[in-house]
Amino acid sequence: MRIIGTGSYFPQKSVTNEELSQMVDTSDAWIRQRVGIRSRHIATNETTAEMAAEAAKKALAAANMDASELDLIIAATMSADMVCPTVAGEVQSAIGANCPAFDLNSACSGFLFALDTAESFLVRGSAHNVLVIGAERMSKLLNWEDRSTCVIFGDGAGAAVVTAGNGYLASRLHTEGNASVITVPAPLGNSPFFTHLQTLPYVQMNGQETFRFAVKRMTEDVLAVTAQAGIKVSDLKYIVPHQANQRILDFAVTRLGIPAERMFSNIETCGNTSAASAAIALDAVMRSGNVSRGDYLVLCAFGGGLSSAACVIQIE
Amino acid sequence: MTTEKVIAILASHLDMAEADIHEDTTFEDLGVDSLDAVEVAMEMEDAFGIEVDPKEAGTSVKAFAAYIDAKLSAK
Repeated sequence: MRIIGTGSYFPQKSVTNEELSQMVDTSDAWIRQRVGIRSRHIATNETTAEMAAEAAKKALAAANMDASELDLIIAATMSADMVCPTVAGEVQSAIGANCPAFDLNSACSGFLFALDTAESFLVRGSAHNVLVIGAERMSKLLNWEDRSTCVIFGDGAGAAVVTAGNGYLASRLHTEGNASVITVPAPLGNSPFFTHLQTLPYVQMNGQETFRFAVKRMTEDVLAVTAQAGIKVSDLKYIVPHQANQRILDFAVTRLGIPAERMFSNIETCGNTSAASAAIALDAVMRSGNVSRGDYLVLCAFGGGLSSAACVIQIE
Repeated sequence: MTTEKVIAILASHLDMAEADIHEDTTFEDLGVDSLDAVEVAMEMEDAFGIEVDPKEAGTSVKAFAAYIDAKLSAK
């Protein structure tokens, strides 16, 4: 795999902590100190697929590629506008591509799972150019009366165009099926035969358990993939992590023993955008002007599922 | 010994003087909330080389140190 273009998109509206503190019992100081967020973008009329398509167009422009040259589109999301058609399918139509397209869901780790899936198509030779997207409208999965979750998440999309190459050095995907730490129940429908009771279809999260899982997986996964790639953590230009909570990133910095500036962070202005997060962070890093050919990046993510993933990318 | 180390970790985490934390100090006294508790538990894990479950470890310096000692002797 070689990354040849990236892009990202945020909804126009940015919501500050002050605005949220007028809706639920919270404060700017608490959110900044506990989570590290000042503001997040929240969709007012942008759909998940529209955000995905905008990010995709930017990635294609950066790759200097026409949509017709794509062989595959994979979108990672847990907040698709519709069950069918998929976000990937709507993007295909919006950008004028004519290749297969499908969605994949592994919650916050989705973009990493999608990148790994893309690599398997590239290695098999059945696709040469793949558009990989992470897109979320998390705001539709939040209980806006729950101060412990509604302040954490944001909406947005990130995309990468990847082609065959030798830059995907190592990867690791991890799932621990567990419905007690992070859950987002789906609507049950109205079958007169199904006997379960509907629970609120919003994000519910055990913060303590999530924090422990995140720090442990992130540390283990980063060490595992760097070892697999035959490099050291100190060789990394950046760790590009899922932006869940600044405190998780700070803790991982300590555990991994790396300089804080090597741990990329943009949670302050976009919050936790779930599957979009690592894709958006990757775009920010690629456009920062701070990476050049030969540099090593580790992308890592963790979250609902429970799931986690990491990969080592060498810029070609 | 364990108690001193627990106090040192708490003091460093909360940016307080070690002299202000005693064996009988509770997490409530220190204003430690659930996120602090999990971070402190994980710092204890790193310091002592054991697994610390913040739900079982207690909420005072004394209880925390006793929990860690029990874990260490079971190792």
